[in-house]
Amino acid sequence: MLLISLIVIPALTALAVMFARHAQQVKTLSATGMSIQLVQSFYLLYEFLKERSAGNSETVLFGNRLEWYPSLHISFDYGVDGISVAMILLTSIVIFTGVFASWEVKDQAKEFFASLIILATGVFGFFISLDLFVMFLFFELAVIPMYLLIGIWGSGKKEYSAMKLTLMLMAGSALLVIGILGIYFHSDVNGSHSFNIIDLANQNFPMEMQRIFFPLTFIGFGVIGALFPFHTWSPDGHSSAPTAVSMLHAGVLMKLGGYGCLKVAIYLMPEAANEMAWIFLILTSLSVIYGALGVIAQTDLKYINAYSSVSHCGLVLFALLMLNKTASNGAVLQMISHGLMTALFFALIGMLYSRTHTRMVHEMGGLMKVLPFLSVCYVIAGLASLGLPGLSGFVAEMTIFVGAFQHPDMFHRVITIIAISSIVVTAVYILRVVGSLLMGPVKNEAYNNLKDATWYERLATVTLIAAIVSIGIAPLWLSDIIMESLGVILD
Amino acid sequence: MSYVLLILALPLSVFVVNGLLSGNLPHRLAGWLATGSMGIATVLAWLTAYNYFFQSSSYEKIIPFRITWLRFTETLQIDMGILLDPISVMMLVVITTISLMVFLYSMGYMQGEKGFVRYFSFLSLFSFSMLGLVVATNLFQLYMFWELVGVSSYLLIGYCYDKPEAVAAAKKAFIVTRFADFGFLVGILLLSYYTGTFDFTEITNPENAAVAGMTGISFMGLSVLTWALILIFMGGAGKSAMFPLHIWLPDAMEGPTPVSALIHAATMVVAGVFLVARMFPVFSFHAPEALDAVAFIGAFTLLFAAIIACTQTDIKRILAFSTMSQIGYMMLALGVSGYGSEGLGFTASMFHLFTHAFFKALLFLGAGSIIHALHKNDIREMGNLRKHQPVTHIVFLIACLAIAGIPPFAGFFSKDEILSAAFASNPIYFGVAALAAALTAFYMFRLYFLVFWNNERTYEHTPHESPVIMLIPMIVLAIGSVFAGFIPFGNFVSSDNQPLHTHLNVTIAIISVMVALLGITVAWIFYKKESSLSEQLSNTFGALYHAAVQKFFIDELYLFITKKIIFNLISRPIAWFDKHIIDAFMDFTATVTNWVSKEIKGLQSGQLQHYAYIFLSGVLLIVLVMIFTNT
Repeated sequence: MLLISLIVIPALTALAVMFARHAQQVKTLSATGMSIQLVQSFYLLYEFLKERSAGNSETVLFGNRLEWYPSLHISFDYGVDGISVAMILLTSIVIFTGVFASWEVKDQAKEFFASLIILATGVFGFFISLDLFVMFLFFELAVIPMYLLIGIWGSGKKEYSAMKLTLMLMAGSALLVIGILGIYFHSDVNGSHSFNIIDLANQNFPMEMQRIFFPLTFIGFGVIGALFPFHTWSPDGHSSAPTAVSMLHAGVLMKLGGYGCLKVAIYLMPEAANEMAWIFLILTSLSVIYGALGVIAQTDLKYINAYSSVSHCGLVLFALLMLNKTASNGAVLQMISHGLMTALFFALIGMLYSRTHTRMVHEMGGLMKVLPFLSVCYVIAGLASLGLPGLSGFVAEMTIFVGAFQHPDMFHRVITIIAISSIVVTAVYILRVVGSLLMGPVKNEAYNNLKDATWYERLATVTLIAAIVSIGIAPLWLSDIIMESLGVILD
Repeated sequence: MSYVLLILALPLSVFVVNGLLSGNLPHRLAGWLATGSMGIATVLAWLTAYNYFFQSSSYEKIIPFRITWLRFTETLQIDMGILLDPISVMMLVVITTISLMVFLYSMGYMQGEKGFVRYFSFLSLFSFSMLGLVVATNLFQLYMFWELVGVSSYLLIGYCYDKPEAVAAAKKAFIVTRFADFGFLVGILLLSYYTGTFDFTEITNPENAAVAGMTGISFMGLSVLTWALILIFMGGAGKSAMFPLHIWLPDAMEGPTPVSALIHAATMVVAGVFLVARMFPVFSFHAPEALDAVAFIGAFTLLFAAIIACTQTDIKRILAFSTMSQIGYMMLALGVSGYGSEGLGFTASMFHLFTHAFFKALLFLGAGSIIHALHKNDIREMGNLRKHQPVTHIVFLIACLAIAGIPPFAGFFSKDEILSAAFASNPIYFGVAALAAALTAFYMFRLYFLVFWNNERTYEHTPHESPVIMLIPMIVLAIGSVFAGFIPFGNFVSSDNQPLHTHLNVTIAIISVMVALLGITVAWIFYKKESSLSEQLSNTFGALYHAAVQKFFIDELYLFITKKIIFNLISRPIAWFDKHIIDAFMDFTATVTNWVSKEIKGLQSGQLQHYAYIFLSGVLLIVLVMIFTNT
């Protein structure tokens, strides 16, 4: 029941928003709905921890099965493990803050908030699904509203970006459909095919089948996880998207890729994963360092953050492909950490843009003096991004590096060192932006009259920072619940 | 001894309180909150030292507090804890004492500044991080606090964030040390991969078989352990501004002067020395080659920085190069040291770290007192200040005598031990160390005579002596600089935690005092009065002098690599490649699809005759195929 209400509440909120009479009501309804969602997610965490400490060691908790289309063995199977709980928590924090970051949306506010929340509904559904088919449905439910959100409420060359993003993600989905069907038709659970992940995990798929369908599934999910060279939807998409959409997209949607790669591709087809990991490891380690070096030459804040996301998300897939528990734990931590800090970044970029009407780094300067609150938040986001201890990024990156380095193979350790070198490049581009954007003399006279953050902006940023700091200071509980679920997936 | 935790908790809470309330807190309250907390922490640190050194007979490693912070694998985990042993207890005392003095001094120096509360917040963050660093129970905890001191240094160098030079200097400091930390991290990973632990107690245990086993695995002519230690030392060299990773330290002088005193002279920059000392048993037993590297880098930086210091004109930069040079002494001493009864170098290094903290902090606070009065940094625009600032003059002279190694001041004793240790190891190192001692005396007294003697200058306002709250810390440090040398340091701190009986090496003491006096005399002749001698001197050295003024062009070299090579030859091409090759390929796919669909859309014309025509042609084609394949 708890899990069902995780998709019912946002769905109801979206519905209610459509019947709202004016913009204020839309915002109040959205904020209420997402606050309930946030509370629910924390309650889920509490229940989950309670069950686990009571000794319940089932693979998934709170699970159930609702028959849906028996002749094709499609049913709505749901349930959560530690990883899903963590991802649900991330999603509800990001959507909660996203609502407050969009407080100033005026045009067609009703439709905007409804689409945003439907998108989030899709994400919640994705994280609780255990049935590949239903999972895929929710995946699409999350991707489609993106087209509208960017195409209608976006800025710049928004039609181009929306089209590009949707087409590339659709191409990924096409591969994914083939992959999922391939898994389905090769499965044999009590004499029939199955979409259920838990059942499928016990199958021993033949190697020839895995060799075909592992790469399809991995790339299919990889596209949305910004796998090099299929990442180019991301910079254009983010730069055109409205603030909350960028937040949700980079913060949560890109994580569906990593989550899918882990829980579908690697979980169901481990032998092929083992055999083919090296190809993708080269691609991902490349994208870690390539993305980071690419940032240095960018001048638009959103492009900077988009390429930095390519680098950070590359690290997620990189870690997953190490196929050991520590590195995968780091990957999940990195998904959460990157989700929080990139949401914070995009929120702040939106807030700065609404004041200065530019996103070009060299056109701004000295903002620390005129917008101290937002600037301090930006510095904290930057420090989290460059992996400062005490903030979430450090925990995630170090777990990845230590885990990846435990691989006995020389090749893996060498590419790990290459990936580690990104910490230097990250410091370069973060401090470069912080230096020219926030510090130095105030560049534009008009900036002296800017108003610092409003209450809803403060609420959004402080919530995200609180999450980043609390993971950074006390990561053990989070790491433990993730680790315990990984045991099932990787052993 | 769980009250040790309080030593860390106090500055941390000041950081949080001052940081969160920075807009609303009255300056005096915030300042006294920070200073008062640091005062309590200092008392506790001295109490810890008393209990540790005098209440127990053997100096064992004590861990009064430890929790698991993050688990990586079954065996590898990061603990947060407190490890007390002679060097960490000694460091606790040094850090809290110098911090307290700098906090007090800052109350006067920073008075009326707009970011006063923020300043004390960051300063407390620094003290917390530095204390956490020295009491770390394992390499990873040390690395974490290592990064935190790095960021506090960044925040404090960039304290005047509207000054572009300060921002650039802060950025440079962070990035250069980050680059060094990249090596440090890889070193930690290598070491932990083979030993399966981050824990200092286990790693430094001479009987640890896993560590010893690493010597058997060879990579490019050196053992894996040597590589790991050299990489870890790379981190230490970055933080301690050893050549060639030193370029950030002179620029870091853009920060407020009390910050330079605390972070860039007395505490943070010696973290690299502390790191090597912490890992010393591993270096000493299993990787003598790595120790040679430490000695070589130390000796080179010692001389290199001393030469540059002789030519600089900015008072703080002279002191910065002097700091580099003095840390070079400490590294050299560690590098030439043996273990146990051969461990004179180790003790000497720690001793010099201890005494240096006093007189170098004092030099910086003195420089701050001068800058506070004159609002300028260039020593060529100063002169005759002994008339205007008598107290500053006396304490500065004491510090100069201490750093020059004149008995009975503190620096004499520690430098004497270092010279003895170098002499016992390698005469070349001894020669370098003695030459640098002469240069040290020369550049310090060049500074001293130019600033406090020489001709009276025309000042905008008559320079005044600093307020009492700034003088008190300077006097306290001056007392330390006079008497710290008399501590029988070997009884407390040694490589194997057994008392090491050191005695004054008279021959070497005479040599070192002679060269120091020589340096002072030359400075006296050249700079006590305005004269053209110094110009003649610089002309004789010609090229060398100009190269030294330009800091041997290392900055330009770095700029070339980062700007020309990394930015123009790597970053920009990547951005171009991404846009014009990869992205263009995706667009190309879309264009081709579009084109194909345009070309074939004529097939669906909606005209019945057209369809019937195609249909019949198809049927005919199939029939023909069937006829021909059947026969």
